[in-house]
Amino acid sequence: MKALKKIYIALIMIFLYAPMLVMVVFSFNASNSTSVMSGFSLKWYVEMFRNATALTALRNTLVLAVTSALISIVIGTAAAVGINSMKKRWLRSAVMTVTNVPMMNPEIVTGVSMMLLFVFVGKIVSSSSVLGFPTLLIAHVTFNLPYVILSVLPKLRQTDRHLSEAAQDLGCTPASAFFKVVLPNIKSGIITGFIMAFTLSLDDFIISYFVSGAKFQTLPIVIFSMTKKKVKPDMYALSTLIFVSVLVLMILMNVLQARSEKKERKRAKGSEG
Amino acid sequence: MKKIISVVLTLALFAGILMLSGCSLKNEKLDTSVLLGNYDVEELKGTEINVYNWGEYVSDGEGGSVDVISDFEKLTGIKVNYNMYDSNEDLYAKLKSGGVNYDVIIPSDYMAERLKDEGLLQKLDYSVITNYAGIGDEYKNLFFDENNEYTVAYTGGMVGLIYNTTMVSEKPDSWNVMWDPKYSGEILTFNNSRDAFGVAQYLLGYDINSTNPDEWRAAAEKLKEQKPLIQSYVMDEVFNKMEAGEAAIAPYYAGDYLTMKQENDDLEFVYPKEGTNRFVDVMCVPTSAKNKKAAEMFINYMCEPEVALHNANYLGYLCPVTAVLSDDRYEYKDNEVLYPKQEVKTQYFHNLDQDTLDLLSKLWEELKLA
Repeated sequence: MKALKKIYIALIMIFLYAPMLVMVVFSFNASNSTSVMSGFSLKWYVEMFRNATALTALRNTLVLAVTSALISIVIGTAAAVGINSMKKRWLRSAVMTVTNVPMMNPEIVTGVSMMLLFVFVGKIVSSSSVLGFPTLLIAHVTFNLPYVILSVLPKLRQTDRHLSEAAQDLGCTPASAFFKVVLPNIKSGIITGFIMAFTLSLDDFIISYFVSGAKFQTLPIVIFSMTKKKVKPDMYALSTLIFVSVLVLMILMNVLQARSEKKERKRAKGSEG
Repeated sequence: MKKIISVVLTLALFAGILMLSGCSLKNEKLDTSVLLGNYDVEELKGTEINVYNWGEYVSDGEGGSVDVISDFEKLTGIKVNYNMYDSNEDLYAKLKSGGVNYDVIIPSDYMAERLKDEGLLQKLDYSVITNYAGIGDEYKNLFFDENNEYTVAYTGGMVGLIYNTTMVSEKPDSWNVMWDPKYSGEILTFNNSRDAFGVAQYLLGYDINSTNPDEWRAAAEKLKEQKPLIQSYVMDEVFNKMEAGEAAIAPYYAGDYLTMKQENDDLEFVYPKEGTNRFVDVMCVPTSAKNKKAAEMFINYMCEPEVALHNANYLGYLCPVTAVLSDDRYEYKDNEVLYPKQEVKTQYFHNLDQDTLDLLSKLWEELKLA
């Protein structure tokens, strides 16, 4: 039984990580073959820095991911606070359903419909190049929002509803009560939301593909365009670096969560005793 | 908390530094003294053009080679927003959406024809594109642009049969070998309806641009017959499979064969006697272009023998600029695969009418599901 359990876990690990492992290994390949390993070399990591198109695309991707995640947490937190304070249960669930639509919707549908909308608006203002950074940003914020809301809401539910009132009782303005009392309590939810939004935006291809313009292409689009010929190992090197940074980010997130949970448990224990 | 933030910031800083350091890597410089055209136009300095090209379809500085695009920017003071697509249909969709404008696009022959017919291309001012005179005659007045008003050839290529000599004993000279049960499970073919049908059509002696539904159905039957022998339908996966010796036979482009040959010396190449497909990719300016003058300057630059030489060395496809073919620095000079001595029977894909296209996609689906 125990052996079976181990095999099962091993299988899952293999399915999840074997592709990445192969990519990482081949990023150190000495030749430019993607199937024959002919020696260890850091050549492709050097090549990667020569590939100006890919590096610009990487910069674009990071800029987009950070800005869209920042905007999403501001809007998302505000939305979560609003939803949480709704008195009517049916209204709350109705609003939740609406905000969840971008998450449930197949990406290709979101992508196509957003493109149509942007082009339509572009026609109205008679611009033939409406697609670009702003449209990408709007699209990314849209699909990031539900994830931010979903990670902030539980934190809000955990905090005492009357905390803010108590703070106001003690002389806070509603705004300072929010920033000084509510916000610190839901901080970990916001950070989780930010990281979720960041990673989602980082690797989105389908929606970005439809709403991107000529001046701002993201890395997934650039990599996809290379599949007609051959994706060169410098892309493996770049993907490896991205994979490693996302992994580090995820580990950080988990550590962060574990820590705050520990702290809370301690606090709970302290108040009991 | 503070610790974590500082770690994240350090990582970000690290990434930023790495990116900056990347810019200082040395590349071979383009020798601007040998350029023929005039690239010093005051009014175009500081303007931008949007270029939409195939992925990995220009010498981009890999391995210290010339970075053609950034050298153009330095030379002319025009900023190039360089974008890439992976199929003609992607290009078409993006162009047709109306949300983006491009100044230079590089579609293949049949797509150029379609774009021209739909009024999406502008007439070029050939008096500005002075290097057009250096383009070989076989790349002019082609079916998609009979009077040479809209296009300038960028590259060309031909499809042939790639085979692994350790697995295929005889020297094939016909598409027939792809139907040989001896190689069952070791044959690859195009995962693209037009190219896959082309092979069957050549073998059956049909026109690849046929509008006769019966011929298309017969070709589909032929492909169904072949299906049990096929290992898989591939596009760029063909590189890995052939290089690793996982498959014996595959049809693909001559230029790409040369790339595979570098990794696996057992591979050989032949143009089948029944004939094969030829393509040419052309530079055009769409009607939505905002900076036509700079676009024409870019096209002229790409036709410079010096620039074309670097591109041709990088791409390994046919080079339409005649001066390159006799240049000693051209790696593929007199290459028998790219420039065969014997006449190869070739045909271009033309844009098919809607009914035929519908039939083709229906037959293709049936074949894939069969």
